[in-house]
Amino acid sequence: MIDRRKFLKVLGAGIGGIAGNTLWAPPVKAAEEVGGGRELVAVLVDTTRCIGCRSCEVACAEAHGLPIPDQSDESVFEKQRQTSVTQWTVVNRFKTEKGEVFAKKQCMHCNQPGCVAACLVRAMEKREEGPVTWSGNCMGCRYCMVSCPFDIPKFEYNSWNPKIQKCNLCYERVKEGKQPACVEACPAEALTFGTRRQLIEEAKTRIYQNPDTYYHHIYGEYEVGGSSYIYLSAVPFEQIGFRTDLGTTSYPKYTVGFLYSVPVVLLLWPAFLLGVSQITKREEEIRRKGEKK
Amino acid sequence: MNGTIASPNIKNFKDFVAFILKEMKPRGKTPFTLFNVISVPVILLGVVLIVYRFIKGLSSITNLSQDFPWGIWIGFDVMTGVAFAGGAYVLCFVVYILRVEKYHPIIRATVLNGFLAYVFYAGALVLDLGRPWNIINPIVGNKFGLSSVLFLVAWHFLLYMIAEFVEISPAFAEWLGFRRTRKILSGLTLGAVIFGITLSTLHQSGLGALFLMAKGKIHPLWYSEFIPVLFFVSSIFAGLSMVIFEGTISHKVFGEQLDEHHKRSYNDIVIGLGKVCAGAMFVYFFLKVLIFIHGQHWSLLNTKMGYWYLTEVIGLVLIPCFLFLQGVRHRNLMVIRVASILTMLGIIINRLNISVIAFKWYAPVHYIPSWMEIETTLTVIFAEIWVFRWIVNRMPILREAPEWTREEKTE
Repeated sequence: MIDRRKFLKVLGAGIGGIAGNTLWAPPVKAAEEVGGGRELVAVLVDTTRCIGCRSCEVACAEAHGLPIPDQSDESVFEKQRQTSVTQWTVVNRFKTEKGEVFAKKQCMHCNQPGCVAACLVRAMEKREEGPVTWSGNCMGCRYCMVSCPFDIPKFEYNSWNPKIQKCNLCYERVKEGKQPACVEACPAEALTFGTRRQLIEEAKTRIYQNPDTYYHHIYGEYEVGGSSYIYLSAVPFEQIGFRTDLGTTSYPKYTVGFLYSVPVVLLLWPAFLLGVSQITKREEEIRRKGEKK
Repeated sequence: MNGTIASPNIKNFKDFVAFILKEMKPRGKTPFTLFNVISVPVILLGVVLIVYRFIKGLSSITNLSQDFPWGIWIGFDVMTGVAFAGGAYVLCFVVYILRVEKYHPIIRATVLNGFLAYVFYAGALVLDLGRPWNIINPIVGNKFGLSSVLFLVAWHFLLYMIAEFVEISPAFAEWLGFRRTRKILSGLTLGAVIFGITLSTLHQSGLGALFLMAKGKIHPLWYSEFIPVLFFVSSIFAGLSMVIFEGTISHKVFGEQLDEHHKRSYNDIVIGLGKVCAGAMFVYFFLKVLIFIHGQHWSLLNTKMGYWYLTEVIGLVLIPCFLFLQGVRHRNLMVIRVASILTMLGIIINRLNISVIAFKWYAPVHYIPSWMEIETTLTVIFAEIWVFRWIVNRMPILREAPEWTREEKTE
């Protein structure tokens, strides 16, 4: 028989499990435009307008105290560059069916970021304005890097006290109502800052008004659940270095099934194990008595 | 009684210190055994490298990169180490929940091994953390990342280490001769076992769930939404294969501690474990086949990665599964041992595939561990064996518990 104390113990564990459920349940928001009652900010990158001047790179470095790149050095375009611990944004040149195209690369600021769901200390945070930012209570586990579909977080491997380096959508400026540094610096109006809703409308308008100029897709509208950086292009996006196989499911959703099953296991497993143990205990007692006789 | 130890009579703190100091002394007849001669330099070098790594950063001794944030310290030490430690929860289930007496003689060695594996291999995680002093953050609540699988895994590691310590603690109490403490600790065993099995189920699968968000980075032959289930099922036979393998070595090295009864029953134990392995591996293989068919990746089989996949699934799952069956049928321990080694190899390759090899298989420059990463991994393994040996030589792990425990047998 299960005595009362044990029963209560199991019951307690179960209730704890249910309480854990509400705690553990990750926020499964639909790909909404609105975060915390506010509209998300966004940047529209129109790659048909980008002239590859790299003013955005310089402005970004100045705004965040990173080494200033040499803007006149054209040799950087010879190979595809990734963002790095000292470069939060980079412009790459692509040879496409419609000639040379430049495309800026930085954190996409996903609506529901994999890196934020991955972080066990919420060092990665999705701010209600939209930027995804990093803070110092990070353990340096690098799970955010594993979970980012765009491979954006960069880690300072050569430091005893490493930081994660990535674009923060100029959170400190955006909070004050200013534009991100890169947007402000762009001389070709390739970058536009605004609310995500407005910018998606703007992007659609450009496609409708110039159907022959644009490839009819807004990258970042639905990719991995949508992001705060959205892109327009004249050519299919795989030609300018974008992954087009990522799907429209937000990355945190891939772990939701597992996380939901956790409280269920926490509740059912101990009860089941205790039950089996009680049965075998009785059998053992009966067997022992039999042996004595 | 052959091999039992006389418990000390510790009355006060002074006695306690004196006893510990006495026990610290090495027990071996000669310090120059083969194992010592190899392991001591490796450990010393490893310690130097580890100090260097904490001063100069991870890139000083590892080949990790922005493309490959996790190397063998995660893929082998943590992922594989924890899978191999799975024997503890499986055997606890068999011995304490199903109460199959037959496996009782090996339970302590297995739990001790599991406990040390967690302490050392999960402990190796600290080497890999960029900012290890923040490791307390997920525990003390400096912002809880509740939607993170890693948060769950971290907590489960911690709680499971405590549960396993409780499970093994009666052996410590017997060693110290603390009768009352032992009685209390023994009373906690069933609770710790139930808690431990639950935690193991969740974090063994949780380690797999970590990779669910690496979709698009893991080769489609390995990526599946069922990775957590595969990790859990494979931890059963990974752990038991480790028990068979470790037992083979322990019986050679610590043979004089074992009584005749134990030695006689041991063959039956190995055959029984082989049977469970074969069953679990068949289930695992079946799941793999189902996932493969549903994934519709036939065309990928005829590629380099496809051959590698077949090597793992056929060569290191199906074949050892068959060998286990043969070994059990013909009561051939040699075949079972070979099967367990193949199985362990398969687990190493599987965990490394998901975390390192089939991870970003498309990258032009792929991560290959540096010799220093391998060296420090060996350091961790050797250090664990040292502690294991120290404990087995002093406490009733393999040998019979002291006489006085039988008088006050609880449950």
